[in-house]
Amino acid sequence: MTERLDYEAVGLISGLEVHQQLFTRHKLFCRCPSGLYTTTHDGEVLRHMRPTLSELGEYDGTALMEFKTKKEIVYLLNHLNVCTYEMDDTPPFLVNQEAIDVAIELCLMMNMDIIDEIHIARKQYLDGSIPTGFQRTAIIGVNGWLPFRGRKLSITHVSVEEDSCREVRDKGHQIVWRTDRLGMPLTETVTGPDLRTPEEVRDAILLCGLTARSTGRVRTGIGASRQDVNVSVRGGSRVEIKGVPRAGHAVRLVHNEAVRQVNLLALRDEMRRRGLDSPDAIRVHAVDVSEVFADSDLDCLRRALQGGGRVFAVRVEGAAGLAQHPTQPDTVFLDELSGRIRVIACLDEPPIVLSAAALPEFSDRHRTLERLRKRVRPGERDELFLVFGPETDCRTAAEEIRLRFADAAQGVPKETRQALTGGFTTFERILPGPDRMYPDTDSPPTRVTAERVAALKARLRPAPWDRIERYMKSRVPEETCHWLIRRGGADIVDEVVARTGVDGLVAAIEIGQRGRALRRAGTPVERLGAGEWVEIFDLFAAGRIPREAISVVAARVAKDGGGASAAAAAEGIALEPRERWREEADRILDGCPQAAEPADRRLRRLVGRAVAMLRGRAPAREVADHVRGRLEEVAR
Amino acid sequence: MTVPIGERADRLQGYRGPARELLDRYAIGVWSEVEIVNDEGSSFCGVVLPRSETADDLHIVVKLFNGYNVGIAADRVVSARETGYRKAVYKIPEKEFPFDPRKPNVTLLGTGGTIASRLDYRTGAVIPAFTPGELYGAVPELADIANLTTKKLFGVFSENMGPEQYKALAVAIGEEIARGVDGIVVGHGTDTMAHTGAILSFMVQESPVPIVLVGSQRSSDRPSSDAALNLMNAVRTASECDIAEVMLCMFGPTSDNYDLLHRGTRCRKMHSSYRSTFRTVGATPLATVSRYANASGSHFTYLTDDFLKRDKARVPRITPVFEEKVTIQYYYPNFNPDIVDGLADMGYRGLVIAGTGLGHVNKPLYPAIRRAVRAGMTVVMTVQTLWGFVQMYVYDTGRDLLDLGIIPLDNMLPETAYMKLAWVLGQTDDPARIREMMTTPVNHEITPREPHNGYLILQGGLPEVDAFVQRHWK
Repeated sequence: MTERLDYEAVGLISGLEVHQQLFTRHKLFCRCPSGLYTTTHDGEVLRHMRPTLSELGEYDGTALMEFKTKKEIVYLLNHLNVCTYEMDDTPPFLVNQEAIDVAIELCLMMNMDIIDEIHIARKQYLDGSIPTGFQRTAIIGVNGWLPFRGRKLSITHVSVEEDSCREVRDKGHQIVWRTDRLGMPLTETVTGPDLRTPEEVRDAILLCGLTARSTGRVRTGIGASRQDVNVSVRGGSRVEIKGVPRAGHAVRLVHNEAVRQVNLLALRDEMRRRGLDSPDAIRVHAVDVSEVFADSDLDCLRRALQGGGRVFAVRVEGAAGLAQHPTQPDTVFLDELSGRIRVIACLDEPPIVLSAAALPEFSDRHRTLERLRKRVRPGERDELFLVFGPETDCRTAAEEIRLRFADAAQGVPKETRQALTGGFTTFERILPGPDRMYPDTDSPPTRVTAERVAALKARLRPAPWDRIERYMKSRVPEETCHWLIRRGGADIVDEVVARTGVDGLVAAIEIGQRGRALRRAGTPVERLGAGEWVEIFDLFAAGRIPREAISVVAARVAKDGGGASAAAAAEGIALEPRERWREEADRILDGCPQAAEPADRRLRRLVGRAVAMLRGRAPAREVADHVRGRLEEVAR
Repeated sequence: MTVPIGERADRLQGYRGPARELLDRYAIGVWSEVEIVNDEGSSFCGVVLPRSETADDLHIVVKLFNGYNVGIAADRVVSARETGYRKAVYKIPEKEFPFDPRKPNVTLLGTGGTIASRLDYRTGAVIPAFTPGELYGAVPELADIANLTTKKLFGVFSENMGPEQYKALAVAIGEEIARGVDGIVVGHGTDTMAHTGAILSFMVQESPVPIVLVGSQRSSDRPSSDAALNLMNAVRTASECDIAEVMLCMFGPTSDNYDLLHRGTRCRKMHSSYRSTFRTVGATPLATVSRYANASGSHFTYLTDDFLKRDKARVPRITPVFEEKVTIQYYYPNFNPDIVDGLADMGYRGLVIAGTGLGHVNKPLYPAIRRAVRAGMTVVMTVQTLWGFVQMYVYDTGRDLLDLGIIPLDNMLPETAYMKLAWVLGQTDDPARIREMMTTPVNHEITPREPHNGYLILQGGLPEVDAFVQRHWK
């Protein structure tokens, strides 16, 4: 952490939106296979997006902003995983009831109230991530909670929705999307704003993930679960950090956003001191200064001019030095401008926007700056920016600079920010409001009957906190409990215990620790289902393999397939049935007359002989125990 | 804006039974801002929406303040309270359309359909309701193309267009031409747009200016709608295109790329939902029209020069007649002859058969057809294959049919034949004149020859076809 922050003092508040792909055979609104990813395409479609009115008669701000960008949107199609529905050339089929069932199960696990009649809504996204221009989505449950750090983490609602496209590239005015993932069913779990530290955010993400996994009906693997984290500090605004890839990454992202908001509030105070206290007070002047830079040695500008673009100087009155005001750790307000310009004006050649006060070195720098000042005549208290590229985009950029300063005068703008590596974020879009939602006239509502909910409740698997409590009673380490639940091993452990009667701790350790170690070493242990594990533990319970051989046999079954007995034989672990080796051991005792030696020496000698004779045919510890028991019996 | 609950006319809109009782019990209604609590203690804050009349009477629909809609079971509600009232005004900001004397003058005639639509709470469906005026607010780009005036003739779904509308439309077009407009756009639902294109081709001949039918396959309430681009291209066509015929202007590919101009007599809707649903059949389209001009400054690429050129001095012939006792029958094996007898008994004057193959029906039908023709019914033959010509000399069966008095219509599309027969029978009952009019093309409804690229249904899955498709925006 580059800056320490007292989260309580700054009033950090955070909540989650956790997206989880559901394990269904088909997509949510068509019959395409779900989860079939491809890297090639056999067709392309070009689309544009226009904003539309919500049913309450208002345009959404995000929609208008995204319309301003005037993007050419290209979709890559592969006939294996998309049909004419994903292309928005066929209306939706009836909603996939399997997905609704899974979502209801997840809701029930989180103690939620199931919606009586589900209505599909359209949520507008004009960035092109969905070809229709809206995501079909519906609330399934409300008013739930999860046990969290000795209190309740409130779950506001869970909705089921279509997954979006995957971005392939975004350059200038064209954005390209792959459609394979589009339309797969997701749940979105929205928590209350109950989290107070970055570590709590991390733990809440883990808990939500564990809960979803516990249903046994969700997808796992890269991209199957993604979270957005909402963050604000006192006096700041809700900022949504989108696409947090792992729980651990959230810690730094949340911290950095808190730092950013604290710094933006300080910037606002500084602007107020300068009289830049309202959007109207921000005065911006854009001038085409291409001729100033026509012969300059500054690479980025020269390239832009050679490509037929222009260079614009954007003067912001009274803003001297503000571009260098800190925001996130190691970033400054200039980066905020750059993010907005990149997204909205589609200028994406680095460095996107330059502060004239901080131009890099180039050969005729001094003379060029002199000419620039003559041309623009900035006041001493003004800040001067340079943007470059197509003329209309430069003009849009100048307007975005004005708007971003206007936002800064108010404090922290509500926005969606994209998570980058290293815990930093960059502007993605203005935070959408409820005005982007309207009913899906293509889909009828679904009534959820009490009978349906009861049937789903009956088949519900154990909640993770119940399981953890149970396992920890058997002294299973907590970390192993988590792993078993996350990776689906908990169901296997429970089934093994129920069907073979082995000790819960033994099953959990063998499957959750030894099995996991095997997997890390590259053995495909994930191939083993409950049936295979039960067979292996049956051998153990019957005394046919020693405990230390469980993982050896499991590895062999995983590699070769086939039954557990065959695998044990292949590994040369073929224990004699208990009665038979006991007879052999007894014969040693019987054939060994009482001698004048100390009892403990006699015990060691006989155990040594028996174990040596039965090596590979009987578990050593059991042989030793047996011999000891017999001798004690004789002694009595 | 709070309105006393007693004065809200639509307070219970769509609600019946227990749901309606609940609204009454708590003195709330449609457009009330409410807080509703159910028996689980869940609280729902939002606006009560009208209920679709086809939905059950057990649930209240609330649009939550987070934007989602939910249905709340009336029998689970333990309390409900009005916290405010806001009636939705679903209206696109209507703008004064700017007038530029240098721009062409175009009239947009509204008939309904999805190019002009809005949400309807009664059925939960999209209904035609936007006035063309509101359309300007939604598509300001139109002002860059032309001066637009609008007339809403009717607001009907495409499938409810009929003889009355066709005649009124033809007359309205005649009036607009007389007013001296530079082009006419007709907003139309897509389902029967080709039918209207055909009948207008017969009712309005020798037009001095383009007559452009336009609609959309994705309603204009969607961000990805084709409505805006279709409308821009249609207005562009009416303003600047050199083709003074009745045309359909709809997406060429499904991509937002360019529109095709299809001749009204040779066009057909070929997919229930694709944007690129309209295809010219048995010929090639007239032109493409794009939003952006090409290098030479034109928005059009003409694919033929065989068309009626724009000439404002020309005087159109408007013949708004339509015989309603005409039908179209799609032949199939086991087609029962008593259908034809029944039609004759009911006084039908015209029958278009969409025959199999080259234009065939089976023998058991012959006596019925003979009776019908003798009773004065005009029976014409088209092909249900859509592509290709009726050829009744190849097989004996065909020759027998000709002997019965059936008129073969070469490669006239069945729907076009229907419209033409209704139009012809509206003017004459003289068999010779009927035959002559039906077999003499007005505007390419029969063509002397079929170009080899007039039939191009590429077969997907073939490597060479897929390779081609992959290189182009679909």
